[in-house]
Amino acid sequence: MMAEKTTYNDVVIDVRDLCKAFGENHVLQDFSMQLHKGENVVVLGRSGSGKSVFIKCIIGLLEADSGSIAVLGKEVMDLDQHLLDQLRVDVGFLFQSNALYDSMTVRENLEFPLRRHMSGISSVDRDERVMRALTDVGLAFTVDMLPEELSGGMKKRVALARALILQPKIILYDEPTTGLDPITAREINELILQVQKLYNTSSIIISHDMNCVRQTANRVVLLIDGKCYAEGSPDILEKSNDPFVHAFFD
Amino acid sequence: MTKSNPLSKLLNETADLFLFFLRFFRELTHGRMEWTEWINQCFYIGNRSLVLVSITGFIIGLVITIQSHPSMAAFGAESWLPSVVSVSLVREIVPVITALICAGKIGSGIGAEIGSMKVTEQIDAMEVSGTNPYKYLVVTRVLAAMFMVPLLVVISDTIGLYGAYLGVNMKQAVSFSLYTHQIFMKLTYSDVVPSIVKSFFFGFAIGLIGCFKGFNTRNGTQGVGAAANSAVVMATFVVFIIDLVAAQIADIFSIT
Ligand SMILES: Nc1ncnc2c1ncn2[C@@H]1O[C@H](COP(=O)(O)OP(=O)(O)OP(=O)(O)O)[C@@H](O)[C@H]1O
Ligand SMILES: [Mg+2]
Repeated sequence: MMAEKTTYNDVVIDVRDLCKAFGENHVLQDFSMQLHKGENVVVLGRSGSGKSVFIKCIIGLLEADSGSIAVLGKEVMDLDQHLLDQLRVDVGFLFQSNALYDSMTVRENLEFPLRRHMSGISSVDRDERVMRALTDVGLAFTVDMLPEELSGGMKKRVALARALILQPKIILYDEPTTGLDPITAREINELILQVQKLYNTSSIIISHDMNCVRQTANRVVLLIDGKCYAEGSPDILEKSNDPFVHAFFD
Repeated sequence: MTKSNPLSKLLNETADLFLFFLRFFRELTHGRMEWTEWINQCFYIGNRSLVLVSITGFIIGLVITIQSHPSMAAFGAESWLPSVVSVSLVREIVPVITALICAGKIGSGIGAEIGSMKVTEQIDAMEVSGTNPYKYLVVTRVLAAMFMVPLLVVISDTIGLYGAYLGVNMKQAVSFSLYTHQIFMKLTYSDVVPSIVKSFFFGFAIGLIGCFKGFNTRNGTQGVGAAANSAVVMATFVVFIIDLVAAQIADIFSIT
């Protein structure tokens, strides 16, 4: 039987048979997954398995070779620049390296997407949104600092605030806890859960940190050799006898 | 693989640069211009190079005059010194020296800045924020360099001519008004205009190459240094090529 047709209300991201290669390096081969509304899906995979490539395809930063990616009912690969920009308002992206603009203050960093995507709003409104997003991540006091004055964990939070500023429906997290100490990582994970409740978002979280999986995941997708190797709730996968799955949950 | 062959590497690089160049014009003519960022960049570029360019201009003016003096004196043509020196300064020496300094300062600065933005995903972040990074980063910087390098050349010309005045004065007392009179007797629009036009192309090449190298940064942070470095090398080389072409064109149209 054919798979169910995508409906806006339930499936917010529907990826089917995604292929992406860089020359001879076939990173993704027929990778498929769905993200449902209100859900946190953690995509697990080894370093270099193509996790970052995958979420960059979702947001149109990389162009897939074949397959289909439907985000909020729109086929990403068919969108022109203008429609793609519109779609990106609804999708927040937390970069693996934070990607804060280091020549701008925290305030300017957060204002950047606002000025670009919502040029109509007043400066008072803009200010309010900046402060709210910063307060939500607990860093209101850093508003006039430069990124270089912040610690790794603080940078991650500010980057998260920037991803939240447009109040997206979906957030894509690229390794939100990598490179952080366990305590800070735990705080970031809690923040992810808090954001999910507060903003009512659906998220794809890329990770190889098991604590992140246990804390935040409603469902786990295992990306091995460019394919969705296994998927299910964390509890079920944890009990799996498959050696590859088991290796992750050790 | 053919990649290791230096000749094919050079050809590949040239082809990539050419495509980058074409893209510049496509982006330039489409959509809104980022004026605020352009003004920021103009200020930044000017501010960063002004002092160095001024000092160098002054020294070059002074040194050329001092060194030309003996040979001019040998022909009994000392009174020609200001006009001869001013022509060579304005037509050739100051634009090229200024462009080389800018290739070092501006080219490497742009290469390193865009390179580090590339490896830390800031360019991707811009794109996600509904900004065309090519328009925001490349078009503004190239236009800023195109605008500022000629301006720096004019400033450096002025200061260089003043340095030359001091050089002339070290050998014989000449009033400033006589000196300027002598200069403008000889110096004409056909000296000044080609040199300014040439500087536009210098600025364009320096900006474009800096951006090109920055945008093509690979290998993480290590690549940023390499990008800045090769931006300087390539820009310096291209400045000389443009200078050569400009001299040939001036010769053909006998702008002498
Ligand atoms: N722009 C690119 N050009 C060429 N190859 C690329 C590019 N981006 C990624 N790759 C390759 O794709 C593969 C997957 O990279 P990716 O960054 O997605 O890994 P990852 O799963 O995110 O790993 P990590 O956990 O280390 O972040 C790697 O082999 C990488 O070399
Ligand atoms: Mg990655």
